[in-house]
Amino acid sequence: MKQSITLGRVTKFIGLGFLSTLKDLFTGKLEKEDLTSFLRKVVVPIASILLFLGLWHMGSMSLYNTEAEFKIEKALKDQGPEAAEAMRECIASGDISCQPNTLPSPVQVWDSYKSLLKDHQIINADKAAFAEKTASLNEKRIAEGKAAITYTGRPSFVDQIFRSLKTVFAGFLLALLIAVPLGILIGLSATLKSSFNWFIQIFKPVSPVVWYLLVFMIVKTLLIDSNEDSSFTISFISVGLCSMWATLVNTAMGVSSVDKDYINVAKVLKLGPFQKIFKVVLPSSLPLIFTGLKITLSVAWMVLIAIELLAQSPGLGLFVWEEFQNGANDSNAKIIVAMFVIGIIGFLLDRLMLTIQNWVSFDKTDAI
Amino acid sequence: MSTITAEKKTKGFVENGLFPSNEVMLDLKQLKKVYPTPKGDYVVLEDLNLQIRKEEFVTIIGHSGCGKTTMLSMIAGLNPISGGNISVLGRHIKGPGPDRGVIFQAPSLMPWMTSLQNVLLGVNQVFPDATKAQRNDIAKYYLQKVGLEDAFNKRASDLSQGMQQRVGIARAFAIKPKVLLLDEPFGMLDSLTRGELQDTLIDIWNKEKITAVMITHDVDEAIFLADRVVMMTSGPRAKIGDVLNIDFERPRTRKTVLEHDDYYKYRKHLIDFLEH
Repeated sequence: MKQSITLGRVTKFIGLGFLSTLKDLFTGKLEKEDLTSFLRKVVVPIASILLFLGLWHMGSMSLYNTEAEFKIEKALKDQGPEAAEAMRECIASGDISCQPNTLPSPVQVWDSYKSLLKDHQIINADKAAFAEKTASLNEKRIAEGKAAITYTGRPSFVDQIFRSLKTVFAGFLLALLIAVPLGILIGLSATLKSSFNWFIQIFKPVSPVVWYLLVFMIVKTLLIDSNEDSSFTISFISVGLCSMWATLVNTAMGVSSVDKDYINVAKVLKLGPFQKIFKVVLPSSLPLIFTGLKITLSVAWMVLIAIELLAQSPGLGLFVWEEFQNGANDSNAKIIVAMFVIGIIGFLLDRLMLTIQNWVSFDKTDAI
Repeated sequence: MSTITAEKKTKGFVENGLFPSNEVMLDLKQLKKVYPTPKGDYVVLEDLNLQIRKEEFVTIIGHSGCGKTTMLSMIAGLNPISGGNISVLGRHIKGPGPDRGVIFQAPSLMPWMTSLQNVLLGVNQVFPDATKAQRNDIAKYYLQKVGLEDAFNKRASDLSQGMQQRVGIARAFAIKPKVLLLDEPFGMLDSLTRGELQDTLIDIWNKEKITAVMITHDVDEAIFLADRVVMMTSGPRAKIGDVLNIDFERPRTRKTVLEHDDYYKYRKHLIDFLEH
């Protein structure tokens, strides 16, 4: 029974089923009975997006007006009517120097998004030019045994995204490598479970900020002789430690709650401890382990922003912080752009985990 | 009560415990099971004596909750013994082991494995010195015997309940146990599938002649499969209440068994015991 892979099946599998409905709409395959499901799956979500954008736009307009009124009022009180009139004209003319600084409108955010992309292209071109210019020199330096000259210019927004993804995956990997084996051990032994329980219960609720400080204390001392920038190390370890708890608890639960029938089969067949773990216990607890890993990845992505900000490690968190400190005219809009990017990437990471979970899990109905 | 069943009854009791020791495969002596509860000990089984001969098929029948499954899981070594002892070929059992194969009530297959892998799980364990090809052949042979030659590579979770239990039968026979323990293996199946599986079981058993102890709720199943039907009294303190010899010739078919003169006498004897 071989099943061909179609677009519809793939999109449904990764939880983006509405895409295939959209495709049916454009290829004219949509039946009349599908109309209600089309309404529910396509029209309603689009309407809700439009409603959201409308509310946002009106909200930002009203905030803008409040801020503008306040500025004019202030000029009137401090400097007199002429200054107030000048301020009113200045705001109306759209001059950057006197714009009210408040929640940006959707259009402003979109413009910022485009300017960030353009900025990325400029930096990329700059990088390429730099690489070209230094290519021959670097060859010579490497031949002489010296380190090559690398580009040290400002990272673009897209670079920051990739840096953040790198940090989050490093942290996720660390969490996986610690939490899964530890969870298996705890799940297998009631003694270990009771001796580790206090540890889990106490450290699980600790805030990311505190984890960061703890890791900072330790890593700073460990890397005291090295001149390298330790911010990446510190931030990925903190992310890993913050996010590993869900996987730890779920793995332990999955392992300790393996169906008794399977354990009996393993006992009757006298499977050795390794066979028992790898052939019976692990496969049967995979669904729960993956649920844990899914939570871990989304927690990792969420705390990453805060930790990058604290660790001054390049990435989206630092980007947001720098824009906030910067206070330029389009800073607020850029922060909102970052917010959407963070949200969308978080959503995609979640889908990615769900896809892997569906793929490895034996029980297709278990995936949430 | 008719004369024939009365005669069988006494015969059963005389035989019990008096088989020559070289004929005995499984020996339960003074078996006792106690579950401690806050209100004091709850005695499930007490003074339970039962001997099962080599190449014998014994079915055990009794009311729900009388301790049949407890007894079987004690023989399997999955449930600790509170008193008395169980021996296989004269040696006391210590914990579970592949010399006592079990077919559980639920098929208990690993759902992430194929049917072949499920059977191989046991075969690999019992024949570690065989080559990979030999072990594969053993597993495939038994899967074929239970009628699953087309489903070697199907995942257990994709099989129907009846097919899963067929794999369970293949898995149990493939490890060539000394004793086969069956805990109501067909209880969850519809009657049509149950009949088919009984035929499959008895076919493969006729070839292998592995000493078998099977729990059932079904009187007809008990008679059709068994050399002796053991009736257990209701708990607490359950023990063997009666033993009925089934003297039909083997190999049996359902038709000859149903048409045999003694069939309804056996049936009446069992039902009388259960309704008592």
